Amino acid sequence: MSIARTPSLLPLPLVATLVVLGTSPLWNAKLGLYPYVMVEIAIWMTFALGYNLLLGGAGLPSFGHGAFFGVGAYATGLAVTRLGAGLWTALACGALAGAIAGAIVGAFVSHRRGIYYALLTIAFGQVFWFVSIKWHSVTGGEDGLLNIRRPPVDLGFARLSLDANESLLYLALGVLAVVALFLWRLAYSPYGRVLGAVKQNEVRAAFVGHRVWQYKWSAFVISCTIAALAGSLFALAQQSAYPNVMSLHQSGFVVMMVLIGGGLVSFWGPLIGVAFFLLARDLLGAYTETWLLWYGLLFMAVVLFKPEGIAGLWRAGLARVRRAFVHAVPATPARRNESAS
Amino acid sequence: MTLFSVNRLQKRFGDRVVLHDISFGVEDGEVRGIVGPNGAGKTTCFHVLTGRYKPDGGIVTFDGHDVTGLPPYAIARRGIARSFQLMNLFDDYSVLENVLVATPELRSRGLDMLGRAARPGPAMDRAYEALSDVGLIERAARPARSLPYGERRALEIAVALACAPRLLFLDEPTAGLGAEGIARLAGLISRLRGRITLIVIEHDMRFLFGLADRISVVHWGQVIASGTPDELRTNPWVARSQLATVGMAA
Repeated sequence: MSIARTPSLLPLPLVATLVVLGTSPLWNAKLGLYPYVMVEIAIWMTFALGYNLLLGGAGLPSFGHGAFFGVGAYATGLAVTRLGAGLWTALACGALAGAIAGAIVGAFVSHRRGIYYALLTIAFGQVFWFVSIKWHSVTGGEDGLLNIRRPPVDLGFARLSLDANESLLYLALGVLAVVALFLWRLAYSPYGRVLGAVKQNEVRAAFVGHRVWQYKWSAFVISCTIAALAGSLFALAQQSAYPNVMSLHQSGFVVMMVLIGGGLVSFWGPLIGVAFFLLARDLLGAYTETWLLWYGLLFMAVVLFKPEGIAGLWRAGLARVRRAFVHAVPATPARRNESAS
Repeated sequence: MTLFSVNRLQKRFGDRVVLHDISFGVEDGEVRGIVGPNGAGKTTCFHVLTGRYKPDGGIVTFDGHDVTGLPPYAIARRGIARSFQLMNLFDDYSVLENVLVATPELRSRGLDMLGRAARPGPAMDRAYEALSDVGLIERAARPARSLPYGERRALEIAVALACAPRLLFLDEPTAGLGAEGIARLAGLISRLRGRITLIVIEHDMRFLFGLADRISVVHWGQVIASGTPDELRTNPWVARSQLATVGMAA
């Protein structure tokens, strides 16, 4: 453990993720996958990292986060279909809508913690879902917003079409990279360290002078903004936005991904969790329609036996290897030669 | 100059009156002891004065400003810090991070999301200073949860010191410490004397009688006597309540 934690400028897990996903058009067909899955993985990774700022970073269990993902999807859909917005405007509208919704909901939930926090966020999530179904004139009711075209990427000097899923993948990876680097910096910033202190001991944090409420609220708003940004990309990927996008299912999925990946103990754990979940869905789903049943059982096993998730397993495995190595390399030169051979 | 004054402080829980009428004033730079039997209201008094509970009556002023009933973070920001009787640390953080997050310098950068918390600078200097005050420099990199009991108590005080307080409340700092730990604590309080003002709740009379400039005796939710250790030794009230027997014997 280091005295003064310093983030690396280009964290390896992020680089690895971007390389693997970025090269996926070259190999995914061989695994029976297709470009769209990779787009979805990149989007959910963004969502999950943002979600984990709240769960792993601040210790606040929001179980209604799908709502903000959905708010982003609808806002982007509306911006494109009603206003004819360009790509950047559409994404900004999505993120902004998420920030506003998050600011309002956060004001109600941020004095709470634990089970009350969880229940309140579920309740608010249901409110958003209900509105999306009932507010026909804006949301299109149960059908949702259809035919959301993908505006081209406007770089000023050139316009790149996003019609192909491969192109959209690179946009989604770009967003993932920016969000991940921001959250990575944040984790080691004064803000992130105080947030961690609030997570560990809210009472003490207040007694050393921190406005605890302000930190819980702002973490919620940031997390909702990122969720909405991911939702914006999702609307472009699906070319539609519909109530299911903000259903309780969606909220549950992100929790499952983050927990299985090990978000409670690891910053990058959620990335593994997302890949694991979506690949399980597509690969297992090809064999059986009941894949979610098996996944659910697996999820329960993880929560019961290894709450630290895949990242926790990985660390425990590494520690075991290291210990084995220490035992295998003893003090006497003779035996050191043995283990080297 | 009176730095901190408490006037007719009252606190009830339901119909149980815990603090009847607490009044005392503390001079700038003083070491003030507060003694009293279990259940006399000492800890409740601390909780009210540091913002954990709201008082039901009375006025508290600090440095000429009314701080009655302010929330804990606001009281801390004015320069009043406290340690806790039961340990209250950031267990997942290293020893250094525990004090670092408590410094006003880091607090003022609290909305900085891109800079580095652990960069060298005034916050770091103050964090190391707090650790060196309590003798934990060597432990800086250890996770707080891995410290033995005595060192956790020391870190508890270091976190409060890192807040750069003008007034520091210590809640039963000797609790659970052995003779050696108590001696080290006495040394720390002597070093802090003059630098900051201290209010110390204690059971251990011998400890307080040796260190405090003045002592207030709290009983039945009120201050029944106040004075220097020498004055209290001869105070009939105190003698009758048999509070100071240990101290007087010392």
